[in-house]
Amino acid sequence: MIRVVLPPHLRTLARVDGEVELEVKTPASQHSVLDALEARYPMLRGTIRDHVTHLRRPMVRFFACGDDLSHESPDAPLPDPITSGSEPFLIIGAIAGG
Amino acid sequence: MSKVRVLVGTKKGAFVLTSDGTRKRWKVSGPHFAGWEIYHIKGSSVDPDRIYASQTSEWFGQIIQRSDDGGKTWKTPGSSPDGMPKGESNMFVYDGVPGTHQWYDGTQHPWEFKRVWHLEPSLNDPDTVYAGVEDAALFRTTDGGKSWHELSGLRKHDTGPKWQPGAGGMCLHTILLDPSNPERMSIAISAAGAFRTDDGGTTWKPINRGLHSQYIPDPNAEVGHCVHRIAMHPSRPNNLFMQKHWDVMRSDDAGDSWREVSGNLPSDFGFPIDVHAHEPETIYVVPIKSDSEHYPPKGRLRVYRSRTGGNEWEALTKGLPQRNCYVNVLRDAMSVDSLEPCGIYFGTTGGQVYASADAGDHWKPIVHDLPAVLSVEAQTLP
Repeated sequence: MIRVVLPPHLRTLARVDGEVELEVKTPASQHSVLDALEARYPMLRGTIRDHVTHLRRPMVRFFACGDDLSHESPDAPLPDPITSGSEPFLIIGAIAGG
Repeated sequence: MSKVRVLVGTKKGAFVLTSDGTRKRWKVSGPHFAGWEIYHIKGSSVDPDRIYASQTSEWFGQIIQRSDDGGKTWKTPGSSPDGMPKGESNMFVYDGVPGTHQWYDGTQHPWEFKRVWHLEPSLNDPDTVYAGVEDAALFRTTDGGKSWHELSGLRKHDTGPKWQPGAGGMCLHTILLDPSNPERMSIAISAAGAFRTDDGGTTWKPINRGLHSQYIPDPNAEVGHCVHRIAMHPSRPNNLFMQKHWDVMRSDDAGDSWREVSGNLPSDFGFPIDVHAHEPETIYVVPIKSDSEHYPPKGRLRVYRSRTGGNEWEALTKGLPQRNCYVNVLRDAMSVDSLEPCGIYFGTTGGQVYASADAGDHWKPIVHDLPAVLSVEAQTLP
């Protein structure tokens, strides 16, 4: 079970409170987590990564276990505490603007 | 008694303002989609309770919202029966290889979808809506917003590589549908200019003859003009009125040629322009000091009205701040109702929405502390 924390605007859009829990095959990656997230919540397609290229939107960041994974390969395995569910995968709206 | 509903898009959500036909007491609802930019929100003239909204974010991209009950409840088109939204309605994908346009530094830059600036519902079908987007292109839905498809003949026009972004981006912000000819539509892009189709959107031609813009290498070029807004009275679709980056212009031949009608305006820079609902030669603009100082001249907020289709303008000041006012009025932030007398509405970057129930003679703020106003659309309801 992987725990995902969405930014407030996307929680509103997806109509969820708190964390989202997803079943993702191991080894889980950013790619497979986002696939599972968008399958469960199709309204999030296009909001985190581009509809067509699947590239991360420039002002969205991915944090996990105290590290910024935004520039890691989308197919790289996520850290063990993420795949075990002991730590959440954080999707963040970059701090910019107002 | 008739009612008026004013749809307001702001930097931080949408608001719906309603009044009876006297337009004296207003009810304010919102914010809808709190925290998101609402670039435009507009109702169908066929079914006024059918309203479309462009909800957008630099962070999270484009969302299309739809209300079928006059703005009380909203859903993304294509939602399942339980209301759970899907993602298809947010897909704006250019047709084929997008190609390139001119960038700020003069180099070529790929077309990249950013947001929907303007939603124009069809005059005949509540499920058909046109969307003007950044980077400039025209999309259409025929299924109530569930899916959107590009009318790519416009973007693929031979002049496309010469189009360039204005300060706000390379946006298609104006869509005028000709009530007398369903095949004819005019659009405007910053900074490319105006274009017209006479075959329902398949082919397009630039309609910029007579425009003169000092900020491009050839001031009389076929494209490259920063058109800010075009307005048209539905009874006279051949008469078009334009607020350009500088200059107020008019055309009497559906855009084939333009002439300047700035006349005695204190500044001919501005963004919105609109036409009185019952007087096709009465037009309104809000002069702004200059391209580098986007606020009213001398800190006095004044709407200017011409009853002669341009050239002769009168300042409308009663009820508007006449000192220390440094707001702007953006291109989609002015609208008219069709009551008698005609109501005029506009919103400011300072969060005020002003209304006049007597064609501009007197003004009052409906609200004065909203987020910066991006768009205003008035609906006249039975």
